[in-house]
Amino acid sequence: MLQVKNLRCYYGRIMAIKGVSISVRRGELITLIGANGSGKTTLLTAICGLLPAWKGDISFEAESLKGMDPPAIVRRGISLVPEGRQVFAPMTVLDNLRLGAYTRYRRREHREIEQDIAQITELFPILGQRADQPAGTLSGGEQQMLAIGRALMARPRLLALDEPSMGLAPLMVEKILDTLVRLKADGLTILLVEQNAQAALKIADRGYVLETGKVVLQGDAGDLLSDVEVKRAYLGKDYEEFYDGRG
Amino acid sequence: MEAFVQYLFSGLTNGAIYAVIAIGFSMLYSATELINFAHGEFVMLGALGLVTLWGGLHLPLPAAFALTVAGAALVGFLFERTAIRTVKKPHPIVLVIITVGASIFLRGGAMMIWGKDAHSVPPFSGHPPIDVAGAKLLPQSIWILVIAVVLAVGLFYFYRRTLTGKAMQATAINKWGAWLSGIPSERMVLLAFVMSTGLGATAGVIIAPITMCSYDMGTMLGLKGFCAAMLGGIGSLWGALAGGFTLGIVEALAVGYVSSAAKDAVAFILLLLILYIKPSGLFGTADASRF
Repeated sequence: MLQVKNLRCYYGRIMAIKGVSISVRRGELITLIGANGSGKTTLLTAICGLLPAWKGDISFEAESLKGMDPPAIVRRGISLVPEGRQVFAPMTVLDNLRLGAYTRYRRREHREIEQDIAQITELFPILGQRADQPAGTLSGGEQQMLAIGRALMARPRLLALDEPSMGLAPLMVEKILDTLVRLKADGLTILLVEQNAQAALKIADRGYVLETGKVVLQGDAGDLLSDVEVKRAYLGKDYEEFYDGRG
Repeated sequence: MEAFVQYLFSGLTNGAIYAVIAIGFSMLYSATELINFAHGEFVMLGALGLVTLWGGLHLPLPAAFALTVAGAALVGFLFERTAIRTVKKPHPIVLVIITVGASIFLRGGAMMIWGKDAHSVPPFSGHPPIDVAGAKLLPQSIWILVIAVVLAVGLFYFYRRTLTGKAMQATAINKWGAWLSGIPSERMVLLAFVMSTGLGATAGVIIAPITMCSYDMGTMLGLKGFCAAMLGGIGSLWGALAGGFTLGIVEALAVGYVSSAAKDAVAFILLLLILYIKPSGLFGTADASRF
């Protein structure tokens, strides 16, 4: 469904992504993990059209995304839940959701949009209860739900999320990840970028580990979860614990 | 008492004009964080456009009105496309200086087209002035007040009820988030330019019958509108409206009770006071960023 081949991204003259290739198949939940500065966010911004100057190839459903701006990519069927949520704080929750469907309003899908709003408030009941409240008054976790809801309003076929667990309480993280599992079960393809590697690998099918702009490991999420290198580098377990665990 | 009412009428009339100009400043600021110092020149284009189309070519008034506003909005469109969009590093100060340059350019262009002499047009309707409590209310003042209020209510409706209005607000609040949600934010900025310059031209059209229209009329009106916008809190629709009327009325009272020389000083004294005491304006929510 999504093919990224030998992608290179530059910030000025600095190469932030040095030849990354990943693939996402229909219905999969793929996670990209890696430390700060490993290029995860850069990769997502390139896919979503925010970073126009990339080299290599990104194709979605066999069509290249080269030269497209974010609205064009949203129309193709990729929605991004950006880092830091980026909700429209002074506007109501309902308006935030409606604006997520902007491209669909332009296609006059009013009736379907109303149905989708109902579906999303069923997925996140709190958004229904707070529909007329300004988005800025929601808690961090609720805003994250709103950001996901807003992205879903565009009816994407691929949902990309940039660190949805950042700054949230563990219970809320669990809630958000459960939602992703549920969305996947409904047939949505998901690309999840996370620093919380353990939590992400638990729900993912496959994973890629990025380090300083390169893929250093890839494979089944289960394998990665038990992989020595990943444990040491990203799951925060040191050698001692690892050897103890073996003994 | 009669004198007071008369001053009030004159204040309300000028205030409505300032309010319409301030709304133009304000809406562009909230969409782009840019103060367009060429805004006053669009007021001038509106007034002189009406002079040519209605006074000169004798088109029917509604057609001349609409064509003038559309023409000025087209100039605003070209301005955004050629002078603002093309800037590689859109640092605020660079953009502000570009608007100052555009203002000089528009003034010069207008001087070449319309000459240095002042022009005038008759009022929209030929009714005699109305007597209210011994003071005279000009029919043109009623036109101005009605049009200003209709514009404000229309814009309120646009922001609150229409998808485009909400998308424009979203772009103003979080350009990045809006872009990612599929809102073409560049087109929203362009639309803000077109609407803002169109509003400026509308102010010019309605003020044309009660002032002398010349190529250099825009500068002072633009500054007054800017004062009004700052007074009410830039970025706020109702703030711009309130700021405009406050400025108009205070100015008229100062002219009446102090001296007509005080007219322009009042606006700038108010501007300084508000910047000292409450830089976010009387009704503003957020601090305007300083350059």
